[in-house]
Amino acid sequence: MKVNLTINKRPRTIDAEPGDYLLDTLRRHNFLSVKRGCDAASCGVCTVLIDGKPTLSCSVLTARLENKEITTVEGERDEIEKFYAHFGDEGADQCGFCNPGLALTVISLKRTIQNPSDDDIREYIVANLCRCSGYVAQVRAIRRYLEETS
Amino acid sequence: MKTVNQKHQSVDGKGIMLGRPAYTDDLADPSSLIIKVLRSPHAFARIKSIDTKKAEKLPGVELVLTHHDVPRVSFTRAGQGYPEPSPHDKFVLDEYVRYVGDEVAVVAAIDESVAEAALDLIDVDYEVIDPVLDFEEAIDHQSVVHPEEGIHEMFPIGFEPKRNIAASYAMDFGDLDNAFKASDVVVEETFHTQAQAHVMMEPHAVNARLDFQDRLLIISATQTPFHVRRILSQTLDIPIEKIRVIKPRVGGGFGGKQALHGEMFAALVTMKTGKPSKLVYTRQEVFESTYTRHPMTLKVKLGATKDGRLNVIDWHVLSNTGAYGEHALTVFMVAGSKVMPLYNKVDAGRFHGEVVYTNTTPAGAYRGYGAIQGNFALESAIDMLCVKLGMDPIAFRQKNMMREGETSPIFEIMGEGTAGTAMTMETCKLDYCLTRGLELIDWNNKYPRTTTEDGKIRSVGMALAMQGSGIPYIDMGAATIKLNDAGFYNLTVGATEIGQGSDTVLSQIAAEALGVPLNKVIVYSSDTDLTPFDTGAYASSTTYVSGNAVYKAAMKMREMLLDEAAVVFGVEGDDIDFDGATFKNKADGKTISLEQLANRITYNEDQKQLTATSSYVGTKSPPPFMAGFIDIAVDKDTGEIDILDYVSVVDCGVPINPKLAQGQVEGGIVQGLGMACFEEVKRGKNGALISHDLLNYKIPTNVDIKKLTTEFAESHEASGPFGAKSVGEIGIDTPPAALANALYNALGIRLTSLPFTAEKIIRALHDKEGEKTT
Repeated sequence: MKVNLTINKRPRTIDAEPGDYLLDTLRRHNFLSVKRGCDAASCGVCTVLIDGKPTLSCSVLTARLENKEITTVEGERDEIEKFYAHFGDEGADQCGFCNPGLALTVISLKRTIQNPSDDDIREYIVANLCRCSGYVAQVRAIRRYLEETS
Repeated sequence: MKTVNQKHQSVDGKGIMLGRPAYTDDLADPSSLIIKVLRSPHAFARIKSIDTKKAEKLPGVELVLTHHDVPRVSFTRAGQGYPEPSPHDKFVLDEYVRYVGDEVAVVAAIDESVAEAALDLIDVDYEVIDPVLDFEEAIDHQSVVHPEEGIHEMFPIGFEPKRNIAASYAMDFGDLDNAFKASDVVVEETFHTQAQAHVMMEPHAVNARLDFQDRLLIISATQTPFHVRRILSQTLDIPIEKIRVIKPRVGGGFGGKQALHGEMFAALVTMKTGKPSKLVYTRQEVFESTYTRHPMTLKVKLGATKDGRLNVIDWHVLSNTGAYGEHALTVFMVAGSKVMPLYNKVDAGRFHGEVVYTNTTPAGAYRGYGAIQGNFALESAIDMLCVKLGMDPIAFRQKNMMREGETSPIFEIMGEGTAGTAMTMETCKLDYCLTRGLELIDWNNKYPRTTTEDGKIRSVGMALAMQGSGIPYIDMGAATIKLNDAGFYNLTVGATEIGQGSDTVLSQIAAEALGVPLNKVIVYSSDTDLTPFDTGAYASSTTYVSGNAVYKAAMKMREMLLDEAAVVFGVEGDDIDFDGATFKNKADGKTISLEQLANRITYNEDQKQLTATSSYVGTKSPPPFMAGFIDIAVDKDTGEIDILDYVSVVDCGVPINPKLAQGQVEGGIVQGLGMACFEEVKRGKNGALISHDLLNYKIPTNVDIKKLTTEFAESHEASGPFGAKSVGEIGIDTPPAALANALYNALGIRLTSLPFTAEKIIRALHDKEGEKTT
């Protein structure tokens, strides 16, 4: 079936089987920033923005995304670079596998919550699991990014 | 120093966050056959017959492999020194399946759905065997996990498969009986540690293709690319020169990728079909069919005199290696060798025990392996001893712990699988770590307990730890530095970046030694065709061992450059000053820049390519040390623990990249807290995993960790590159014991079985109340 949607601001018509998940569709179309970390919508690694909202692409059927706007880190280069300036300074990146999904969640946080507390930040990114960093460097980096770019 | 011990972003973090293809599955051939593995539903069974005809006939299926189709060569998946201290007890596929999730057959098909459909069409007739599930019952169990012929040890490790013993070991020194007789106080306790899952974010992945030279190219998320090449060649009888292994960016390892977990199947499928193939583990496969941490039962007995002198440490350890013996002996030995030297003034000591086979998910390498289990037991027992002595646990440690300039007999007696290497602590800032940590956690105002406003019990607990820096005389790392025109360098290393930041740290070492900014060093790592050898990312070896190789290569390059400049100036190399950017003739002050020199020897005069290769193998393994302190609030009614802070003060020598070093420590702390608080691999009565996904196996999340306080002691290890020791594993060691000790300080309960769930805390409190009333 054909699905009309927008990926990183570019309208596309995509061929999809009824059972295709967005994660697989995106990777098949070379949006390789979107990673698979689990099979049960429980790690956050595959996060993309759908109409600006962080969503697990492993659990959304492509066929249901008619007229939706999908954003991956490939479509947010400027904002990602601003975020990474702080993230890299804090040494929060490590293995990096969860970083694109986390970065999109953080961009959404910035656009959604004004002046979040550290607890607000933690709550917002709680579904983005990370096994490397110990998290506190992430939160420091997010706080600095929000303070300097909001 | 301009580059080392300075703040630098990692060389690759931005590109990765921007989503540039970097990981194994990003680099798979889009036309790859999809590999799926049929896995055993039984904890122990013999395959009586297996019929693959229906699967083979399914349109889109290219290949089905069973144990009838693969070479019967025993090997170990463990990537270690060679010959390995792990038994060769694994076959690519076998007629026996030894745990739920063990490999039965392999399917390659044009897509995932066809491959999965084919798995369902394979008919297997199993003879189910009574499994060995309780590792304390394993020795001389009526079921033998490895009854088959053709398995062997590579050198004596106490391998007795007919008794379900994968390895055993015993050592002692001094006069144990006398040391206990001379002790006024003796403490004896048994501790239990659980299986922990690695949960690196990137599942295990591999892909394979034949290149235009008809060679086998393997791209693998591995910590040990050179071991992968060797083991594939030895096991599948492929000439080693026909194999190239590339390790691209790896999404976390923690030891879980220090072994082969799919490379055999991808290699076989591609060799047999001639087509590219790929295998990406599902999260369930990662949980069920890769590795866990070795569960252990540790019986510890300590003796001390009433003035607080520790006389003797005696322990017996039983370790569960699961279905296969990967890292069985080495993990076991580390439980003693990287823990006992903390208390080096004892008169006598003994460490002995067995590593047993069971029909459970194999145990393997895991960050801090052995050390975290041993540390939990010993550092808990030390606090128990202090209670019995009526002595402050800090004062006791200050009196008995390792100090700079001292040694321990353990270093010479115990290595990893073999005898060890004697060494003296050139750097040991444990005293500073302890004192500074007490300040940072505000110990004096919090020990042993206070009450919070909301009625919780607040308390602190602590533990000391040590690790190593590579394995002396075994782990070798090598580096090549190439000068390019315009005066920048390529650094190629065998060392394996797995997310810990080694490409960045090794580039910093090269840049510092060469006197150039970091962006003038372009690093490329872990490609068996293009980079020099390295044993891989394990044993806390990369910064110290591989870093020393990089340092040596850089110094060699400097010498080569001085020789070239000497030709230009018509003088000797000694007559030239070189700051990394400019050569200056001391006699007449004339200068030539590195860029000019590089252009000269590339294009104009005395043309040649300068490359410098060096390697390094340690002659000792200087331990990093740390003191870890936890600050908790416990709810007595629910048993719930809030972690308010974890203070780490670490002596890792000079941190090459302080922020990345901090990340190593803090990541380790949180992984250790997960093990201390709730992480546990759980299985049902039939041996099948209950904790087979991230809903049933919880790891710490952002809301669990509110504060970590991490500092480094000033320390300079003369044998390390720019004074560095290792930092990759030390962080994980202290949380279990620190939390156990904090819970004792809070509630007077001594928990000896990890993890410390709310249920266990409540039960222990009830037991304690019961004791009071009876």
